[in-house]
Amino acid sequence: MDFLTLIQVLDSTVRLAVPLLLACLAGLFSERAGIFDIGLEGKMLMAAFFSAAVAAVTGNVWLGLLAGVASSLALAGLHGLASITFRGNQLISGVAINFLASGLTVLIAQNWFQQGGRTPSLIGAGRFNSVELPFAIGPTEAEAAGRPLSQLLAEAGPLQQIYSELLSGHSVLVYLSFLAVPLTAWILFGTRFGLRLRAVGENPAAVDTAGVSVVGLRFAAVGICGILCGIAGAYLATALQAGFVKEMTAGRGFIALAALIFAKWRPWHALSATLLFGLLQALALRFQSINLGGITLPVQLMEALPYILTVVILAGFVGKAVPPKAGGTPYVKER
Amino acid sequence: MSLMKTLMGAAAAMAVTAGSALADPALIFDLGGKFDKSFNEAAFNGAQRWSKETGGTFREIELQSEAQREQALRRFAEAGSNPIVMAGFAFGDALGQVANDYPDTKFVIIDMVVDAPNVRSVVFNEHEGSYLVGMMAAQASKSGTVGFIGGMDIPLIRKFACGYAQGVKAVNADATVISNMTGTTPAAWNDPVKGSELTKAQISQGADVVYAAAGGTGVGILQTAADEGILSIGVDSNQNHLHSGKILTSMMKRVDNAVFSAFEDGVDMQTGFSVMGLANGGVGYSMDEHNASLVSKDMQMSVDAAAAQIATGDITVHDYTSDESCPALSF
Repeated sequence: MDFLTLIQVLDSTVRLAVPLLLACLAGLFSERAGIFDIGLEGKMLMAAFFSAAVAAVTGNVWLGLLAGVASSLALAGLHGLASITFRGNQLISGVAINFLASGLTVLIAQNWFQQGGRTPSLIGAGRFNSVELPFAIGPTEAEAAGRPLSQLLAEAGPLQQIYSELLSGHSVLVYLSFLAVPLTAWILFGTRFGLRLRAVGENPAAVDTAGVSVVGLRFAAVGICGILCGIAGAYLATALQAGFVKEMTAGRGFIALAALIFAKWRPWHALSATLLFGLLQALALRFQSINLGGITLPVQLMEALPYILTVVILAGFVGKAVPPKAGGTPYVKER
Repeated sequence: MSLMKTLMGAAAAMAVTAGSALADPALIFDLGGKFDKSFNEAAFNGAQRWSKETGGTFREIELQSEAQREQALRRFAEAGSNPIVMAGFAFGDALGQVANDYPDTKFVIIDMVVDAPNVRSVVFNEHEGSYLVGMMAAQASKSGTVGFIGGMDIPLIRKFACGYAQGVKAVNADATVISNMTGTTPAAWNDPVKGSELTKAQISQGADVVYAAAGGTGVGILQTAADEGILSIGVDSNQNHLHSGKILTSMMKRVDNAVFSAFEDGVDMQTGFSVMGLANGGVGYSMDEHNASLVSKDMQMSVDAAAAQIATGDITVHDYTSDESCPALSF
């Protein structure tokens, strides 16, 4: 494997990891506040559809992003209503949201666009185009030189390759999502709101005794979760792809949950866990069967690795993953 | 009294014949979904063409999960639909179990062979059509490297890849064919994001024509190819219009014709084994205003010549599924 190939694999890793990272941080906020959320997948899917649909109709991707976030927030509100206000079972509410999103997206898409549950292809300003950082070799340079981009990159120095291929050329949402990691860490561990949010996931009675609203905090956490899932869905449909296709999240919400356990509910670890999962996916896509001197690793093994790793973690080999103590149980003030 | 009996009997007989005459054909779509712009949509188009030409109506269902296969078959058979057409290899097991329970109902399965007296098994020579688009890919490629991206890794899709690779090598024996599969589960038919990543990986390995045989995943493949300025090849239906001027051609698999003729033959259809190949118009490549500028006269002539030779048997294209191996490509 030469250096440029390595860079290309890492580049693919970044693209694949971003939706996982956003969904993982979304789950982190929610679960740290004591609300388990297996509806990440459904919220992403709903946001993917509404962002693509609104972007297709208006031709403005930012309006699409807003619509995606709003639709994801609506589902998050539903989850909050069911599991916080009415103290329902959080897992069941999450499953319901997944089913709801899976059915509603295709139904509405068919009704609006008559393209069999898809949105029209997004063009021009209707999608997030890649940002070319200054001095990076990108499509414009390739066009000016009249040669394919891959040739120009192959001739460039290693530093330029890293800069142009790995750092430059992503959509603005990618850079935003990486900024979300330190922001999350700061909110959770550096602010009063974060302290209360973590406390409400460990011991809501103590928070209540201190005179802070448990319900309010939990709704705030679920809301942040909705916003982040919305961005993740919009990234899938309007940045990575140019439109919505049914079930396009393809289980990424569940991989994000696995990553969350893998990261033991910590933001920086969430970043490394999702990057690791993204790397494994990118490797599996680039080298479908890896030949290690006589032993051929089948592609199925590579694709299963994220799950195997998570099971290993859960079995306690790499260290115990302890979820927030009050997670999954609705808060009852008085019996 | 006896007159009454006769009348009653006649009425009953009428009712029975009326019932069988009213039997509408039914069509079952596979998990890819009715509007996948590809395989299932072709089946739907065939059914719709039949409906328009004959004024008949048909019943249909789009499956949502593996568990529904047998249930859908039994539901239609018990409701009296006849014939029942199912689009997809994955119905093989379910039909094998159901077919004998409804001996008076005719079943048609596409892409799979089920051995039962009331089943017509339609298979396509996809390797022949893929051979033709492979020839076009090799002629359109400047880098000498072309790509293939399949959906779920199954023998049927390998058959596409193998025919394609043979066509490429027939034009340019030194050409490199990169072959990738999206996954090993049915989710691989609906993961455009993964399709995009595979396309980017192939482009960085030098591919400048990519053949997508991946159902809904193909949407992402064709999109990325168009974004990155390389050519792509569609599959099953004519997909040239999706990115006008950027899709070289589409490998046409006339699933619509198979469905149409099944509906037309109706209850009295001939069952057994039916092969749709180049010789009887079952497969081919598409030409229209969207790709006219991409395909030169020479290219088209050489491909048409090869098509004629395959139809007459002068060129034989190896079928991967016949012996699970491919002379031109290793998996």
